[in-house]
Amino acid sequence: MANYNLKINGQTLKTEASPDTPLLWVLRDNLGLVGTKYGCGMAQCGACTVHINGEATRSCVLPVSAVADATITTIEGLSEKGDHPVQKAWDAIDVPQCGYCQTGQMMTAAAFLKKNAKPSLEEIEAAMSGNICRCGTYHRIKEAVQLAATKM
Amino acid sequence: MTKNNSRRDFLKSTALSAGGLILGFNWFGQEASAATVVEGIANEAGNTAFNAFLSIQTDGIVTIFSPNPEIGQGIKTAFPIIVAEELDADWANVKVVQAPLDTKKFERQVAGGSGSIPHSWQRLRKAGATARQMLVEAAAKRWGVSASECSTEKSFVIHTASGKKLGYGELATEAAKLTPPTDVKLKDKKDFKLIGSTVKGVDNQALLTGKPLFGLDFYREGMKFAMIQRPPAFGMKLKSFDASAAKASASGIEVVSLKDKVAIVGKSTWEVKKARDLVKIEWEKAANLESSDDHNRIFKELLDGKAEVRRKDGDVETAFKDAAKIVEAEYQCPFLPHNPMEPMNFFAHVREDGVELVGPTQTPQNAQNQTAKLLNIPAEKVTVELTKMGGGFGRRLGTDYVLEAAELSSIIKAPVKVMWTREDDMSGGSYRPAVRYRFRAALDKQGNMIGYTLRGAGINAGNSTRQDNFPAGAVSNLLIDSAEHKSPITTGPWRAPITNFLAFAEQSFLDEVATAAGKDAVQFRLELLEKAKTAPTGEIKYNIDRMKAVIELAAEKSGWGKKKKGVSLGFSVYFSHASYVAQVAEVVMKKGKPVLQKIYAAVDCGIVVNQSGARNQVTGGIVDGIGHAMYGNLTFKDGTPDQKNFNAFRLIKMNEIPAIEVSFVNNGIDPTGLGEPALPPTGGSVANAIFKATGKRLRNQPFIEEDQKLFESVS
Repeated sequence: MANYNLKINGQTLKTEASPDTPLLWVLRDNLGLVGTKYGCGMAQCGACTVHINGEATRSCVLPVSAVADATITTIEGLSEKGDHPVQKAWDAIDVPQCGYCQTGQMMTAAAFLKKNAKPSLEEIEAAMSGNICRCGTYHRIKEAVQLAATKM
Repeated sequence: MTKNNSRRDFLKSTALSAGGLILGFNWFGQEASAATVVEGIANEAGNTAFNAFLSIQTDGIVTIFSPNPEIGQGIKTAFPIIVAEELDADWANVKVVQAPLDTKKFERQVAGGSGSIPHSWQRLRKAGATARQMLVEAAAKRWGVSASECSTEKSFVIHTASGKKLGYGELATEAAKLTPPTDVKLKDKKDFKLIGSTVKGVDNQALLTGKPLFGLDFYREGMKFAMIQRPPAFGMKLKSFDASAAKASASGIEVVSLKDKVAIVGKSTWEVKKARDLVKIEWEKAANLESSDDHNRIFKELLDGKAEVRRKDGDVETAFKDAAKIVEAEYQCPFLPHNPMEPMNFFAHVREDGVELVGPTQTPQNAQNQTAKLLNIPAEKVTVELTKMGGGFGRRLGTDYVLEAAELSSIIKAPVKVMWTREDDMSGGSYRPAVRYRFRAALDKQGNMIGYTLRGAGINAGNSTRQDNFPAGAVSNLLIDSAEHKSPITTGPWRAPITNFLAFAEQSFLDEVATAAGKDAVQFRLELLEKAKTAPTGEIKYNIDRMKAVIELAAEKSGWGKKKKGVSLGFSVYFSHASYVAQVAEVVMKKGKPVLQKIYAAVDCGIVVNQSGARNQVTGGIVDGIGHAMYGNLTFKDGTPDQKNFNAFRLIKMNEIPAIEVSFVNNGIDPTGLGEPALPPTGGSVANAIFKATGKRLRNQPFIEEDQKLFESVS
């Protein structure tokens, strides 16, 4: 067990975990930040995507010890009032079905749009094709990313 | 579902202590319109102590309880839309609350079979209309006018002549003192404003900001975490285990056996997962350990052996003897895991005085009853709180994972959340059964289908046919039978059970027959329907006109019959779960490979309740259908699945989807189901278009493995 002062969503959060614990489980079990989801545990589905120093990163295979000093953003910190352009676009297009994967989808989209403000459709597809949506909401995700891009 | 008429009079009526109206409705029996204002409610809306159907607070907030489990099908939005429509409530002031399981108040709290809307349509409308009528009466009384002089709009009662207006909130307390009417007038469907409009999901804001909504998001002070090691192969059972290393790995680790499984309990997910890897378990063989090769052999035996007759019309033998041409083909599909993004999990707290269950289930009442049976206690001692489900696709119709949690909690005497890893989920069974179909069709000289046989051979598939489906009724001589192999590999309903693959096989085979008859695919189907209408054979259990209408709409939208340069079209139509869906798939050749460019879907689900939700269901069902037809495969070696996570099991991704254009038939018929019906026709439209484009007939799923070369250059 080790103590960590994690920089998450603009706050410093104290927690104790064994160093190999994936960030995902520290967020969920220790810190109550459950918007980051478990889907596969092997970085295959993207449900656990968070931002580490601004980069979209899979938290299910990322040991907490590796992010002790990093700046971490989860869906809960993407915006203060749930009004990040990506969140607003997801609502406007009414993307979710079950909604379980959507926080990971939005975290991927938000990091992508920050780097590429005017993406082509092909670039959106390339950026988003690592995130699985079992309900098949891909058309709306694509539309929502396009809409968000106009508001960033 | 049994009707429980003895509970007709359970509903009472009263005002909220803080004022306002709470209405409860008789949910049992569509004809019973009994509504009463609920008595003895001390708290404001949101208190889980009551399950009244709707309440109106003095501030005008309308709270509607949605009794059915939300799995992504959008029921939590669709149900309240129907109530709010008849109530003429201002949607902006409607709050939706998920009701827990309550068998005394609700009926059919199930997510499955695309049945929630058809079952509840009238009940929900009556609920809204009753409340509306009471509010109108309260206003009329206050104004001293006749109720017939009043109208309603956006949570206001309006006296048409004088223009006087009163908000529902202002009227709620007075309305609560009235006796609910027993005979209410429902709206004329043409006056619907909210029904049929585009309404966003009621949980969007919570979902998109990461609020705890799902079963896995449920945490409670003092709750333990658990994972369960289940037998590594279907056909194996527990022999012995040594937990010493596991117990030493972290503080508080407990290891207990649950029949043929070993449960690991601890203080966090990660500690439990690591401890589980350290439990040394010996398993022993208890049944045959089957491999996919065995299944291929078994299919052949079943297809050539005896079968149970499901439908027999006319004289098939003579028809085939007289045939000018005979078409034969076999189609096969593999087992499939459901793979909801949220793996199985459930919370259970077994206490002396009762059992608390919280989690994602499509069948809360089964969870309650079976838990009661398992623990030998009365069902009313078991409460079930419904969380949102991260998908289910039929997997959460089962209760195995609920019972594990309940049993474990009873053993360790503590509240516990059992979580399945993705590997547990994918190798845990309850799969879509693997099936092989053998078709034969007899054509006369004019290319008319005079004989048709279908045999289904399934592994734990029950009846793998749907014997009354089209083209039954349209062929004079028909034989449909099925044979089954009982396997240790467990199966269960998977979105659009049986028809998720049967539709592909039937619609592809009909395409083969049309080709052999030298007929256009659409024309061929329309001719068969005409025959079913004018000279039916046996019972017809689909609506010929509705099927014809979606065929024609899909043909029209896709430009069927008109040449489009470089574009090959494939057709498919299916009736399932009381709805009709026809599809046309467009395939183009790019660098020598077939690429699915677009799917046109024509859908008859009766009245569309919510345009946004309905389109999401259809599009999602089609994407699901394409993905599993193209890529989905679960194979076995000695009872163990070869694919255990998404690195080996391929799910469709964003860069693999075609454009999808959805058109609804607007026929004003009461709504039928939509969670499933769009999926079944998908494999057929796609395969038929690929055949047109390449001459290659795909008969086995997944397509990508049947003919790797065909798709080799597919990105």
